[in-house]
Amino acid sequence: MANSRKTILIVDDDTDYLFQLKFHIEKMGFDVVTAESQREAENILKNIKPDLAILDLMMENEDSGFILSYKLKRMYPDVPVIIATAVSAETGMSFGISSEQERQWIKADLYLEKGIRPDQLHREILKLLKV
Amino acid sequence: MEVVDILVVDDEPGIRSGVTRILRNFTVSYPFLEDDIGFNVIEAATGEEAIDIIKRSSPAIVLLDNKLPGIQGVEVLQFINQNHPDILVMMITSYASLELAVRATNIGAYDFVPKPFTPQELKSSIENITKHYFLRRMTRKLHREGKQVRFQFLTVLSHELKAPLNAIEGYLKMMQEKQAGNDIDSYMDFIDRSLARIQSMRNLIMDLLDLTHIESGKRQRTLREIDLTLVARSAIETMTPLAIQRDVNLSLQTTEPVIMLADSDDMEILFNNLISNAVKYNKPSGWVKCSISKTASEVTLVVSDSGIGIEPEDIPKLFQEFTRIKNPQSKNVTGSGLGLSIVKRVVDLYGARIDVQSEPGVGSAFTITFPLPGSDTLNDGI
Repeated sequence: MANSRKTILIVDDDTDYLFQLKFHIEKMGFDVVTAESQREAENILKNIKPDLAILDLMMENEDSGFILSYKLKRMYPDVPVIIATAVSAETGMSFGISSEQERQWIKADLYLEKGIRPDQLHREILKLLKV
Repeated sequence: MEVVDILVVDDEPGIRSGVTRILRNFTVSYPFLEDDIGFNVIEAATGEEAIDIIKRSSPAIVLLDNKLPGIQGVEVLQFINQNHPDILVMMITSYASLELAVRATNIGAYDFVPKPFTPQELKSSIENITKHYFLRRMTRKLHREGKQVRFQFLTVLSHELKAPLNAIEGYLKMMQEKQAGNDIDSYMDFIDRSLARIQSMRNLIMDLLDLTHIESGKRQRTLREIDLTLVARSAIETMTPLAIQRDVNLSLQTTEPVIMLADSDDMEILFNNLISNAVKYNKPSGWVKCSISKTASEVTLVVSDSGIGIEPEDIPKLFQEFTRIKNPQSKNVTGSGLGLSIVKRVVDLYGARIDVQSEPGVGSAFTITFPLPGSDTLNDGI
């Protein structure tokens, strides 16, 4: 375990998803800060530098998650960002950030489908936090 | 094989001949198309030359450098947007920054390819944009056939139906795994939240039924002389418990009967939706007033409130399906996002008109005006 508790920012406009994710991540031993919109998250980021952020893709706009990720990376280049979305499962669209080219545009470290099991998520978080 | 014209606009001859060389024998195929696609590259060294070529033979795709000797790439992009919105533009840019990407895509560029690019990078970008070109062509075809609207509706609907299921499934799994321990009381919050999602899903399904009834025309419409104040009173009674809970005063301003030839279920849909919105999007100690009036040529219903109001830019979106205006004041309001689109359909059926007046923070008024038989505006449809 890490010496000091790490803080994870979760942003999602579905309050139940937010509630569940917060519950799981707190059980993993992290502190959690939540926001329900891109705007709210931007305000939080002015005062808090999280150790990691998990962002929903579609909030106020279809690409809120990308924009937020970009802004977050500009403020705190070293904070890893996970973008979580149910987009591909629901619309059949698919995109990832596996290719170098995509990674240039989409400023996120990991792209996850919603509905990932908590233990898998835990592993990904630890990997990104390098603990 | 289908051949797609690509215009490459760059003042560096090396880039132009490079693109031509790379794409000469390049073909792409997509699972949704029977034919392979090949490319025919046309070259232009300046923006002016590019515009000439576009005017003569509109290519499918334009690869556009921003730094050009005469007019800039962005100006060519603007010309294309204004005159040939079908053309897809990919900007070639020497520095890849999201800001520039966002700016150019905001004014209509489809994508970017950073310079210098490898043949493989160019090919994959071209493959991407060509796919978009053909998908859009197919989408237009669907749209012409009226299928697209249906498809969008179903896509959004499936999202709206899956979101509560996912939430409830999440809570059930947490309970199954006893994530909050062995005490059932620790799970009350999960249960309450699940029940709330079930309720909102039920509302959505009820609204959908209203919508399909109106759409299919299957429901027997019984036009009778009815007193609209009775319908309004019954809607107000239905909403009273919620109004008390929200500390909102509900009143019917009209005492005299107002008789109109209409289907009472249709009228119920109108009053229920407008009054429930007015209560839900209100403030503590607020009010909702409903009034009905009749002249020789028309009947007018007005539902006004002292609610949170609607921003002017949101008003055009109000009657679209699944529109829910999201802001801090409305975030705790539940709704299917279908109510006003249902209202609009009923209004259209009666050849009536709905108007919205609203001031953010002050309140809104929804006015429905029905033309009466004998007046010029009568719609023969009902």
